[in-house]
Formats: sequence, structure tokens, C-alpha cells
Amino acid sequence: MATTDTVVEHEVHDEKELWSGANAPFKASYGKLMMWYFLLSDAFTFAGFLIAYGSLRFSSPTWPVPDFVFKTHPFGDSELPLIFVTVMSFLLIISSVTMVRGVQEGQRNNTRGVVFWMLLTVFGGIGFLSCQAWEWNNLIGTEHMTVTRNPFGTHTEAGVYLNEDGTESSEVFEAGASFLIHKAGGHGHGDDHGDAGHGDAADDHSGGHDDGHGAADATAAGDFKGHVVDQEGFLHRKYKVTEGANAGVVKVEEFGPKAFGALFFFITGFHGFHVLSGVVFLIIIMLNAGSGLYVERDNGHEMVEKIGLYWHFVDLVWVFVFLVFYLL
Amino acid sequence: MGHLSYEESKKKVFQGLILLGAVTLIEVGLSLFGKGYIISGVENYSWVAYVVGLGLIVLSLYKAYFIIYDFMHMRYEVKGLALSVLLPTLLLVWAIIAFFQEGGSWKSRRDQIKEKNAEPAQKQGMLPDDVYRIDNLG
Repeated sequence: MATTDTVVEHEVHDEKELWSGANAPFKASYGKLMMWYFLLSDAFTFAGFLIAYGSLRFSSPTWPVPDFVFKTHPFGDSELPLIFVTVMSFLLIISSVTMVRGVQEGQRNNTRGVVFWMLLTVFGGIGFLSCQAWEWNNLIGTEHMTVTRNPFGTHTEAGVYLNEDGTESSEVFEAGASFLIHKAGGHGHGDDHGDAGHGDAADDHSGGHDDGHGAADATAAGDFKGHVVDQEGFLHRKYKVTEGANAGVVKVEEFGPKAFGALFFFITGFHGFHVLSGVVFLIIIMLNAGSGLYVERDNGHEMVEKIGLYWHFVDLVWVFVFLVFYLL
Repeated sequence: MGHLSYEESKKKVFQGLILLGAVTLIEVGLSLFGKGYIISGVENYSWVAYVVGLGLIVLSLYKAYFIIYDFMHMRYEVKGLALSVLLPTLLLVWAIIAFFQEGGSWKSRRDQIKEKNAEPAQKQGMLPDDVYRIDNLG
């Protein structure tokens, strides 16, 4: 009799705790469960962006080739396709690994270890953001890509560029070749960027880009024999189509699909903003951990686990941004 | 969560670093191969592009699986939690099929509009010809 009494009592006791939230669904704490569902919703946002990229790419007759667009890097003059962005990927992977170590130290309540590994994670995140800042600065400042303008074009027909006097030059290209439209007058055009469409059509400075070559003349808008300079000062080279139905027709280089610039800046910007806010929260939680706040708490270093989940998600999203923008 | 000893899980983390790094390097190499940087000429075969693209997608999904299951410890969560987070992403399969189909159809429609624009305008009705010229309509 006594035993049943205690059982009943115990059940009632449990009932009360249930009403006050004692039962954890999926045996996970509220905070971690909600972090998972937040990340799920965030995954849908990124998926929406990336699927938009895919469908716009499929809808365009041409699309900029990633290994042509992303071959610049700050380490010298040579062109290394995709290398700089690989370095960025490694920064995120390494910072993800240091984050796992931080979470492990948190589970042992080792405050010094948590702070050390989280500090390394913060450095990884700041390194990634710095690389992205350089990449954006190069695309906007040097190559003149904006949200509404994409100077990276692709030839749909084989052809040959024209000289300044309107005769055919020796620069032959095939269908699918990429080109970058530069500003006229040699002002800040991409360093050695663009094999097929090197913007300087004028033959007087083909050897080097000296600053003093008649900038006033070269930047004036107009239709010339070898190229067209538009109102914004971009130099579109002329070429003669050599194959297909339009053979013999003289055409002018056109800008690439506009959507590329908008998609690039919005998607990598949205991801970069996630990295930035992740760094801010990492620093806050690192300082809290260092002050010994989490040692006092009932659930220990669970905050470190939660920011860890977020940080791994940022790395996870980069896997797909890297795939869609740079690899495919 | 600690199903492994501290030393074991420490070792596993650095194995994970090597694995993710190696897969990333393979991806970059594969991508450059598909663009014809390693052996020139292969980029002209369309089946190379398909095989390389498929390989890249599979490797990326493997990286995603590894990050979720090992780094984010999904392996040690209850099955219901894993399913409730992972199953909804299957909706994206349909989104991808539908939107890519849509994109392809925009492309062919683009060509169609170009063709129609190139056709000479047909005379219709009793108004003068130039009324139907495209610049007067829009």
C-alpha cells in the first residue's frame, strides 16, 4: 500500500513538472532544438537564393565562366583560377574544426580551452571576411562589376577582333570564349585580366599600360572603327564573326547577363553577413565563457554548443555557395 | 553526447579536418579538369561536363553530410530530431526540378521572342502601316 502511494505521488509530481515544461521533446534542450529549426529555415532562404541562381543561369543564352571571373588573387601578377577562393574555403573549414574543439572543451568545463579554441575560430572568421572584402573590392573597383552591370561576357560565335583601323587582327576566338569589358583609357582595368578581350584595343600601348596615353581621347564616347565607347566609358571591342549563319557580320562586344552581378553580391553578401554576425556572437560568448559565467550555469557550456551549431551551418552553406558559384 | 572518450573524439576532429580538406582539393581539381586546365580539350565533350558536375554535387553533399553528422553531432541526437530537421529539405528536390525546368523554358521563350521580332510585321486592319511598328506600341 505504501508503495502505490508513492507511485501515485510520484506521477502527480511528474505531471506538475510536465505542465511547467519538464518534458524535453527529442531529448534536446529548448535552445538547441530551436537553433536546429532556425538553421532549417535559414537553409531554405539560402536554397531559394541558390535555386534562383540556377534557374536564371539556365534561362540565359550565355553565362560568365567562373574560372575566368574568379582567377584574380592578391598574391602576385599570375592568374590562378579558383585558388584564392579555395584558400577562403580552407579558412572556414579550419575555423569549423577549431569550433568543434571549443565545444569539446566546453563539455569538460575547461574554460581556458574554450576561450583558446573560440579565439582561433574568431580569427578564421575574420580571415574569411578579409578575403571576401578583397574579392569584392577587386570586382567592384578594378573590374567594375555592380548589382546591375556585369562586364563579364561570353562569345556565342567564333570570330576575330578588329584592329583600330577596322582591319582584321590576329586575335581569333572560338564560341564560348570569355571576355571582360574594361573602362576605356586604360584607367584601372583588371590587371592582366582577360585573354580574349583585353580591353585596350589601341595598338599604341599594347606593350604596357603607360598612364600618359591620351586619356581624354580614349574615354570619349563614340563609335570607332575598332571599338565602341559607351556613355559610361566602357570600351566594347568590335569583331567579325567567322563561322555560322552570321559569318562576315561585324558585331560589338556586349555586357554579360545582368543577373550575374546581382546574384553574386546578394548571395555572397548574405553569407558574409552570416559570417560577420557569427563572429560577433562568437566574441560575446567567448568573453562570457572567459568570465566563468557558464561554469556556474546548470546546463554548463551549452551556449558554446549553440553558437557552434550556427558556425558549422555557416561553413555548410559555404560548401554549396562554393559549389554553385565557383565550381560548376 | 560523449559516446567517445575525450582522446578519441579529439583525434576524430583532426581526422575530419584532413577529410574535408582533401575532399575540397579533389573538388577544385575536378572542376579545373572539367574546364580543361589539366588536360586541354576535354572541355569540348559535353559528357565530361555532366560527369564532372555530378561528381562535384555528390562530393559537396558528402561534405554537408559529414559536417551535419560529425561536427554538428546529429549522429548523437534522437532519430526524431534528425528526421524533423532533415526531411523538410526534401521539398527542395521539387523546387530544384521545377525552377530549373522554368529557367530552361524562359530560355527557349527568349529565342522565340527574338525570332518573332525578326519577322516582318504583317499588315492588318485599316490603319496606316507605321501604327503597328513596335516603337509606337510601347
